[in-house]
Amino acid sequence: MFSVFFTIVRRDVLLAMRRRTDVLTTLFFFIIVVSLFPLGIGAEKNTLRHIAPGVVWIAALLASMLALERLFENDYADGTLEQMLIAPQSLSVIVAAKVLTHWLLTGLPIVLIAPLVGLQYYLPSEAVVTMTQALMLGTPVLSLIGAIGAALTLGLRGGGILLSLLILPLYIPVLVYGAGAIAASMMAKAPVQPYFMLLGAFLILALIFAPWATAAALRISSE
Amino acid sequence: MTLKINWFKYASPASFYPLAGKMIPWFAAASALLFAVGLYWSFFKTPEVLSEQKQYYKIIFIHVPVVWMGMWLYLVMVVWSAIGLIFNTRLSFMMSAAIAPTGALFTFLGLLTGAIWGKTSWGTWWDWDPRLTSFLILLFLYIGYMALQSAIDDTRRSDRASALLLIVGMALIPVIYWSVNCPDPAQCTALHQRSGLGKIEGNILFAMLTMTLAVWMYSFVSILMRLRNIILERERNKDWVAQLPEVAQ
Amino acid sequence: MDNTLEVRQLCCERGDKRLFSDLNFSLPAGSLLYVEGANGSGKTTLLRALCGLFTPECGQVLWNGEDSHKLGDAFRDQVIYLGHHNSLKLDLTGIENLHFSLAVDGVKAGEEALLEALASMGLAGYEDLPVRVLSQGQKRRVALARLLLTESPLWILDEPFTALDVKAVDHLQSIIASHVNQGGMAILTTHQEVALTSGQIQRIRLGEHV
Repeated sequence: MFSVFFTIVRRDVLLAMRRRTDVLTTLFFFIIVVSLFPLGIGAEKNTLRHIAPGVVWIAALLASMLALERLFENDYADGTLEQMLIAPQSLSVIVAAKVLTHWLLTGLPIVLIAPLVGLQYYLPSEAVVTMTQALMLGTPVLSLIGAIGAALTLGLRGGGILLSLLILPLYIPVLVYGAGAIAASMMAKAPVQPYFMLLGAFLILALIFAPWATAAALRISSE
Repeated sequence: MTLKINWFKYASPASFYPLAGKMIPWFAAASALLFAVGLYWSFFKTPEVLSEQKQYYKIIFIHVPVVWMGMWLYLVMVVWSAIGLIFNTRLSFMMSAAIAPTGALFTFLGLLTGAIWGKTSWGTWWDWDPRLTSFLILLFLYIGYMALQSAIDDTRRSDRASALLLIVGMALIPVIYWSVNCPDPAQCTALHQRSGLGKIEGNILFAMLTMTLAVWMYSFVSILMRLRNIILERERNKDWVAQLPEVAQ
Repeated sequence: MDNTLEVRQLCCERGDKRLFSDLNFSLPAGSLLYVEGANGSGKTTLLRALCGLFTPECGQVLWNGEDSHKLGDAFRDQVIYLGHHNSLKLDLTGIENLHFSLAVDGVKAGEEALLEALASMGLAGYEDLPVRVLSQGQKRRVALARLLLTESPLWILDEPFTALDVKAVDHLQSIIASHVNQGGMAILTTHQEVALTSGQIQRIRLGEHV
């Protein structure tokens, strides 16, 4: 069962390396969105510090969603997705492999660039650390839940916007607690631990249920 | 909405269509009657409140029933969709599709009446109150369902995809609600003060329940009418449709 | 090992239109089935229903007496499906594509076997080129190379001869024939015939089964 997992990961990484621009566009989108807020709202230090938790997460949500459109689209168009559906392998494992690779290429770069955002928004170092950790826990959840939406909207016109309409409400818990974690880290007496436990719980639940739901959605969309 | 009458006989669109047609007038009558009683009771029999402004509180007699129905109908949709996925019955999916616009309408009305109540009682049209926010999210879930349905041409895929979406949404609703109500997990205790139903003044309770029943009866009417249209549209190539008096010309 | 594919009272609907109903046939080992019919008569849908991509409205597909849906992975292991798409990643090379499609199918093949398969499809020297630069016929041949290395007895092929030149058509016909002659099973939609030396040929014409 796990050999197909690694096969798919290797395949998708290989494909991504042949089309490097895809990876970079998501990252640059994130950076641009994050940079737009100070320009639109004003660069006053305290304001920026205050809105940073929300802004980072919203930018991460939007970037994740843009990237998700491409998760299955390519395989659907050239017929390789069909082959995965009738392969004698667990479709959930294949989906998990694709989502993991997708996150490595789109979510992980966002996690790694978070310190830069901290700099732009004058965040104290504890907040930057918390932000990185929260993104590390939360962005995989975004990819996992988003994959369900991507599978449901395969090949539909109005794909990206429809996908956002379906997925953004489902992202709200991650947004609330992810941003809350960062905000709490900037307040002297607020504990951050409960937030991480919640985010961790979301991650575990998403790992268990999302690939299965995504596999069901893929079968529905491929008929 | 459950059909306890000889279930499998009415599980086909062809036999349910006439049955629905017969049920509609009864529900319409019940609804009209209940609205009449309910509205009368709400506006004339419930306690008058001193200040002119606070009279507007009576909008809760529309607000509360509509909110309850908005939430209830979503649940009913999930049940029908699940039945459709498990038993592969077309009518269940059609029922779910018929409910959506009504549920969305009630949710929207709930937000609207909530805003009016808010404006008259506290001076703001909107407040990021957890309840209002969760209710807004419910509206998004309804709209998402309807958008997905209309984006997919193939009925089979459309039904099953939106059913799956509903179920995923249902699974996440408690999490979403909880996160909106309790954004700080370290301090999460009792969410709101809930006055138990027993403590509500008799007339108010009666008016609210009557109005809720009225709205519920009304929802049967609008859903069944919509369902009949959906059946006609989907089954338009079948013989039994061609033979209907309203279709044969 | 004598496998049988049996189809009972199969009916399929697409877009509110019934394509065919009450379809019955039995395909024993060592036989070939041609699915014929006009465009839009449901040939592709039938093939997809047989391999599990499409859920039929009614009826059953039985593999060795058991429902193929219930068998799940055990059935899918026995089937190889080639549809209209070549199912190739354009950014990968021929040999990489072959390696990955076989790996997903659960077949492990060493590099030599892959090279040999591609060579016998007339693609020697083209294995390391990204598939996007190959011609339509060459792409098809990369896709068909899977047939040489697969272990699945049931081949479901939808218009496999598309884009192939005369020589490649001959070659594919002999591959299919040899597979069937050795006890395998094949279901094809096509206008080109395959000459068998043993085993039987069945035909089904859709468009008459509504």
